[in-house]
Order: sequence, then structure tokens, then C-alpha cells
Amino acid sequence: MSDILVSEQSAAGTSGRPSGRLLEVDDLRVEFRTRDGVAKVINGVTYHVDAGETLAVLGESGSGKSVTAQTIMGILDMPPGHVSGGQVRFHGKDILKMSAEERRRIRGEGIAMIFQDSLSALNPVFTVGFQIAEQFRVRRGMSRSDAKKRAIEMLDQVKIPNAKGRFSNYPHQFSGGMRQRAMIAMSLALDPEVLIADEPTTALDVTVQAQIMDLLGELQRERRMGLILITHDLGVVADVADRIAVMYAGRIVEEADVYDLYAKPAHPYTLGLLNSIPRLDEKGQELRTIKGLPPNLMNIPPGCPFNPRCPMAQPVCREKVPPLLQVGVGRASACHFAEELVNRD
Amino acid sequence: MSDPTAASIVSTPPVEQPTGVGAPADAGVPENARREKPRGLLGDAWRDLRRKPLFWISATLIVVFVLMALFPSLFTNGDPENGTLTNSRVEPSANGWFGYDVQGRDVFARVIYGARASIVVSLLSVLGTLLIGGTMGIIAGYRGGWVDALLSRIADVFFGLPFVLGAIVILTTFNGSGTSNSKAEIMALVSISLIVLSWPVVMRLMRSSVLATREADYIVAARALGAGTGRIILKHLLPNCLAPLLVYGTIMVGTFIGVEATLSFLGVGLKSPVVSWGIMINEAQNYIRVSPFLLFFPSAFLVTAVLSFVMLGEAVREALDPKLR
Amino acid sequence: MTENILEVRDLVKHYPVTRGVVFKKTVGHVKAVDGVSFELKAGETLGVVGESGCGKSTLARVLMNLEKPTAGSVLYKGQDIAKLSGGGLRRLRRQIQLVMQDPYTSLNPRMTVGDLIGEPFEIHPEVAPKGSRRDKVKELLDLVGLNPEHINRYPHQFSGGQRQRIGIARALALRPEIIVCDEPVSALDVSIQAQVMNLLEKLQNEFGLSYVFIAHDLSVVRHLSDRVAVMYLGKMVEIGTEDEIYERPTHPYTQALLSAVPVPDPTLRDNKAIIRLTGDVPSPVSPPSGCRFRTRCWKAQDVCAEQVPLLEIRQGSDHPSACHFAEKREIVPAHEV
Repeated sequence: MSDILVSEQSAAGTSGRPSGRLLEVDDLRVEFRTRDGVAKVINGVTYHVDAGETLAVLGESGSGKSVTAQTIMGILDMPPGHVSGGQVRFHGKDILKMSAEERRRIRGEGIAMIFQDSLSALNPVFTVGFQIAEQFRVRRGMSRSDAKKRAIEMLDQVKIPNAKGRFSNYPHQFSGGMRQRAMIAMSLALDPEVLIADEPTTALDVTVQAQIMDLLGELQRERRMGLILITHDLGVVADVADRIAVMYAGRIVEEADVYDLYAKPAHPYTLGLLNSIPRLDEKGQELRTIKGLPPNLMNIPPGCPFNPRCPMAQPVCREKVPPLLQVGVGRASACHFAEELVNRD
Repeated sequence: MSDPTAASIVSTPPVEQPTGVGAPADAGVPENARREKPRGLLGDAWRDLRRKPLFWISATLIVVFVLMALFPSLFTNGDPENGTLTNSRVEPSANGWFGYDVQGRDVFARVIYGARASIVVSLLSVLGTLLIGGTMGIIAGYRGGWVDALLSRIADVFFGLPFVLGAIVILTTFNGSGTSNSKAEIMALVSISLIVLSWPVVMRLMRSSVLATREADYIVAARALGAGTGRIILKHLLPNCLAPLLVYGTIMVGTFIGVEATLSFLGVGLKSPVVSWGIMINEAQNYIRVSPFLLFFPSAFLVTAVLSFVMLGEAVREALDPKLR
Repeated sequence: MTENILEVRDLVKHYPVTRGVVFKKTVGHVKAVDGVSFELKAGETLGVVGESGCGKSTLARVLMNLEKPTAGSVLYKGQDIAKLSGGGLRRLRRQIQLVMQDPYTSLNPRMTVGDLIGEPFEIHPEVAPKGSRRDKVKELLDLVGLNPEHINRYPHQFSGGQRQRIGIARALALRPEIIVCDEPVSALDVSIQAQVMNLLEKLQNEFGLSYVFIAHDLSVVRHLSDRVAVMYLGKMVEIGTEDEIYERPTHPYTQALLSAVPVPDPTLRDNKAIIRLTGDVPSPVSPPSGCRFRTRCWKAQDVCAEQVPLLEIRQGSDHPSACHFAEKREIVPAHEV
């Protein structure tokens, strides 16, 4: 049953979809206007994801990685949020300028999202099956029984054992891993072209995290989806990403192919991050930390936002904001000394 | 390491500890930081309150009302209880600022003297309610188990009594017609009946607040340090559970002034010749169309008093929450 | 350094599951910790790893004497801590301290940093005379890398990493011998995590502390621990030195756990041993008979359902492993530095 569905969809995926830039974020700027002042949460973010590609957006809390995703999805709380510039293009069309109706149509069918906290993302008073079937009924106008059939197929595709029996379970009756699977089933129900996964495994145990990441990878390959994986986990990124965009204080500081980035980071922040994580395959030495704290977004330091924490900082870093520039094939870095970093041995 | 010395980690560095850990840290403290006074939650709350106009406005009004209740003669030399019928329903003028009521009594004097009954009854009842309900709530929430079950069921019984009906039953028993209670006795009776009927609400509030806070990590952390029950309740539970109580308490002051008026109207609360805003409002209701000022002045005082308490409560609540500073 | 400062013997902690409001009926037990034994040597770090629900946090609470064990004992220098009361318990509290996971909820929001770190001195007034406490608090702040001038601030004015430092300063105040760290860095950002881990290491070296380091992150545990214990559903399945557990794991669960940890090196993507467990951890109310891991284990035989495998040194394992079929298997790819 599920096989038929899969082949149908992958066929649609290869023939019906243009292979160019699927989703582009272009110089996006978002600020939070609060009583205490204006927090510049996103200060010119540019990235794109193509069909069948996994882009990892890596960053710590407050780096703006989730806000970018929320802006793309149109679920950012406004106010206090406010888009002060830039575009988000889906198939070349700026979705920030679309009407509410058009955006709603893109949500789910064009771009879907899964969240970290699957318990609060699922409505506790409806059964999991109903919440999935609901989408088929509302968006595809299916009959109740057809929608149920499709929902069970979806549950089966995300490898929930005994999908038929689980259809009428409530979210709290699912374990954390199962709930995340149900969330994935729900977001993939309308066959989106881009899936944004915001810290999808952060709340899960490692063995379950591995299962979920495998599942996501598999579904992505089958459907040739563009996947934007938002995470802070350098390990997960190394396992699944094709390209990586590293964010710091609302900017992309480095963008590179996954192999290049781990082999030779072109930004001191990326280098610092890689040095500061304890590794499973390494015995304990003192960790080389990044000193200090991320900046207050209401008061971002002038010049390069990373300069107060940067071991390489020079006077120029306090004066000029380094633009994100090409430093090699398919990679860019927003550091005045990126060339030196890349060319070192 | 086997010697459980009573020393803190920095005061007397043991031999194996590299010396100089404590000393330079001490020396590094700037002079002005050392002179700075230690502060606590209450001190900080007070500093915060002093900067709030809302606090000063409401506090001033409340002081005025309390003075009114204590020393009404400071504000007026009129007679609240006796009047001349020729003045019946005379409109406000330079002589009688607030006019005269049906029986020719000076409304201004009555309003001033009325503050005592209204404010004393409502404040007493609110304090009693908060004290009893709060204590029961803390005990039930913190002890849990059968204590909680027992207290909660008792509260449910009282909660089940209809408020006004309950008050009527209590008050007609002890303060019915034919009884000759003094003014103070009547006020005490009204307060007690209000407390008896409203503590369960406060207890429930407190209990749920305590239940939510009891399992908080910082309570566990305090227990791990060896803190006793008293310290946990006073230092950790109470400051974190008090906010909803304060808000409810200030709202209750207003409600109780109104309830006191209702009971007076029903003839089981305060009675003439005792003066209270409630009694005045009730007396005025028959003349709303012809002499609206009879209703306006006591109501205005009542509303102002209630508002002051609500504003004070709000200001105090904000001051007690460091996150709002 | 070989002295056992803490000995845990057959520790059991069951929580009753009850139904009903007034007349409570016990319908079962959550077997949170079910027969755990280990010892902690002075000055060492024992890492305890496991997934959620394995009982590692309950273990922390029993070690801290916040919960009485259902059976078994925790011996601090030969003294059963569950039997202590009054003065004895107070003295013990000074020796064993706790650092909690969530720096946002473990500090009372209505107390200043000075009050928070000074609280241990108020509870144990014999440790520091009243006049000296404030200076001591400032010294502690300095020790954990915070500005002593911030003594009058409230927790919400600090970032997560700074709050965790406050929690550590508070745990250090009474100069304990043992600190139980319950997931102390898992709520922190990557770059901050490293700072706090370095701080913990520095303090251990300076004061000769012993840590029981409870965490779900195997990389963090490897970094800090001398010895590591792996827990699954209330049981310890394997215990050994950091090398023995990470280089030569013999219990299938440890192997699966290690293989699931993503390594931050994309070149290892394809030549990594992958063991994927199916399903979820069973309920601790009714754990599987025999070996608790058998329902998810690829090696399970009939004997696994019948016999509880003891945590002992077996053939095929150079350290205690609770598997009937313990067998070395290299999981973690060698990494040249």
C-alpha cells in the first residue's frame, strides 16, 4: 500500500518540479520591537535550498536561526516581530508580499515545518489520526473514509508500528519518538517541496534521535524534498547535511559544503565551535572555548558582531562589518581574514 | 580530605589547596562594591515602589481613607447622625458641600464617618481571609496526602454554601432583629461571617500556587542544601506564591465593601444609626432620579477607595517580581 | 586516592503508582532504580549515562538523600546516609552537594545572587561567621568566573551559562567532598557548555572534588569522566573505565548507544558502525523479565528472558557487563588528532 504511494509521489517529484532554486532567502531583516528597545534579530540573512538538498542552519540560541524559519513560514509573532527588509522567494516569487490566502496555500503544500516540541505542536484533544486526516479533508477535499485511509498510509510511511491501531490514539499516548514521527507524517501529508525541521531531535534520546534522522533522510530522498535542518548539534549536521550555513547574531557568518566546513572552517566562530565540543572519539583534554557571551541583540557591537569574542580580532574588525564573500568554490565567509583561515595549513 | 572541616571553601584554604585562590579574589573586589549594602527582595521591592507614581497616589489615598476611619472629626465637624428635616434633600452648596439626605443629615459628614465601618469591615475581613485561607493553603499544598485531602474537603463544604445566603443565616442567628449588639460587635460579626464564607477561595488559590511551586527545582536545591521546612516555606514558597493572593486580596477589599452594603440593605448587617457607605447607597436608591447626589458621593468614595487598594496591590505585586523591574 | 568515598549497594527505588483520590490504591510500582551498586573513589569522576527514564535522575535524588531508598544502601565513608538524621544529616549535607540541570528553574527568581550563594551559610551557620559571609560570597563568585560586583543582581539578569556558574558556586560554598552533577551542561549552548565543563574540571583539580556526573550526552561524559556507568531501565548494564566503555564496549546497549551518537566529522559518515535500535524504552512499571534490554536486543535468546544477567566480569569482557553474550565490539571510530 505504502509502496504505491511512494512511487506515485516520487514520480510527481521528478517530473513536476523545476530543478532550480526552490527556496531563497535574500537579505532578510527582522527586528523585534519591544518596550525596552529594538532587538535586531536577523540582520541580512541570505541562503537557499534546492530540491533534494539538505541545508543545515547551525547556530546557538539567539542566533536567529529559528526566527528565519518562522518568517519563511509566516508564523512569526507580529508584533513584536517586524520584517524590515529582504525577500523570501519560493519558486522565484516573494512570499512576503503575497496575500494571506496565497501564503496559506503555500504552507503545508509548498513549505512545511516540524518543531522541536512535538507534544505542544500536536493538539491534545484530537486523535493523532484525526489531525492528519483533517488536512486531507480540508485541503484536498477528501471524504472522511478516504482521508482516514491516507492518514494511515502516512503513519505507516513514518514507520509507526500498527498504524491502523494507532490512528485513534491521542498525542499523550505516544512516546516522544512516536510523536515526532506523527509530526513528520502530518507535515508531509500534503507533499511539501521544502521541509523545515527546527531542532527536530533536540528533545529526544540519542537512539531515538538516530531513528528520526534516518527517517527524515529517507523520506527526503524518496520525495526529493529540500530540507532545511535547523540545529545547534554539530554531530547531527555532520551526519546528514549537504551544505551548512552558520549563523551568529542574526547573520550568516559562513556557508560551505559540509566536508569543507569541517575540514577547514573559514570563520573563527565556526572554528571555535568545532574546537569547543567534546568528542565521543577523543579523550578529555581541556576544551578550547570561545570566550565571552553572544551579544545582546539590542546592542550588537559595531563592526563584526563576533569581534569581542574573536581570538583573531584586529582594529578593522571593530570598524567594518565584514560582508559574506566567496572564499572558494561554493563557500563564503563573513570574516576579514577568511582567506588566511582557508589558506592556512 | 577526610576531615570534615567546618570551613568554607575559600576562608581557610587547606594545605593541598593552592593558596591564593581566596586572597586575590578578595583583593580584586573594588572598594565601592564592598561598601554597597547587601540587599534582599523586600529592600529592592521598596526601592522599586518608591519610584512608582502609581504607588504614591494609591498610598496617599489609602492613608487619607484610614485617617478618615480613625479620626473622622479631623475632616468634618458636622453631625453624621442627626439632622433637621427642613434640610431634607437640599442640594450641595457652600454650607453643605455634599448636600443633605432625606432626613436632613449632612452627607459630607456621613460620608466621612461612613469610611470607618466600610473600611474596617472590609480590611478586617480581607486580612482574616488571607491569613486563614493562605495558611490552610500552604499546609494543604506543602504537606499533601491526607492532610490535603481533609482540608480540601472541609473547604469544599464551605465553598458549597451560597455566599449571601450563608451570610444571612449566620447574621440572622447572631445579629437578627431583637438582638442588641454594640457597633463593634456588629462589625466583628459581619467580618467573621465574610471570612468564614470566603477563605476557601483563597485556600484554593494558595494551594494550587504551592503545588506548582513545591516541585520547582529551586525548592529541591534548597532541600539538598539542608534547608528546613520553615526556611523553605518562608524564603522560597511564600515569596513565589504571594502574587496571586495579593491581587485577589485587593480585589476582595472592594468586593467586601459592596457585600457589607448588601448585607446592610438586607437588614442583617450594619444598621442605622451606624453609618456606612453601603447603608448610604441603599438609602439613596429610592431617590436616584430626584436627588442623584445622594447616591453619587458615597459611591464616589467607595469607588475611589476600592481603586486605591487595587492600584496598591498591583504596584506591590510588580515590585515583588524582580523580572518586571 | 583509592579510598571509596561513596559506596552504593543494591540500591532500589520504587515509586508507587496510585489510583483514586481519597482512598488511594497502589496499582503498581515504577521501578526507577532497581538494584544498582557502584563505588566512587575520592577525587574521581564517575559518569552515569543513559537515556531518559533509565533512572539516572532518581539515582541522583537518592544519593542526595532527597528520597529514601526502597532497599539497599548508600554509604558515605561507611555510614548509611538513609539512617542519618538531625546533626549527622546536617554534617552529611555539607559533604555532598548537587548541581542541577536547568539553570533557569534551579535558582529562586526572587532571591539575589548574594542571598542564593549565601543561603548555604545561613543553613549551616557554623561554617562561616555572619560578618564574613558576604565576602565569602564574592570570593565564590570570583572563583566561578563571575563579577563579584553583581552580587545584588537577580538570576534573570544572567545568561544560562552564568546561572549555571551561580549554581556551581552555591554547591561549592560549603566545601563539599562530593558534587552530584545532574545534567549540568545539557541546557547550555555549545560554546557555553565547554566553558562550564572546563570550570568543573578546574574546580576538581583545585579542591580534589569527587563528581558523580550524570548526563545523557556520551561525548560530554567521556570528556569529564574517569569511569563510566551505563544505565538502562533502572539497571546498570556496564561499568568500566572511560577507555573500557568507549573503546571496548561489550554490552549491546552500550554499543547501540555509542553508535547512535553523531560524530562531528562528515568523513566518518560511511565507515561508521551503525546499530539502530527499534522501538522505545519499555515502561519502568512493568519491565521485561530477565534482561531488561532483551526486547530491543538483536542478540536476545531464550536465556535472556529467563535469567537476569548479573553485572560482572565475563568471558569476552575485561570489565563488568550485564549481558549473557558480552562481546567486545569497536564502535567509536579511531580519531587521529
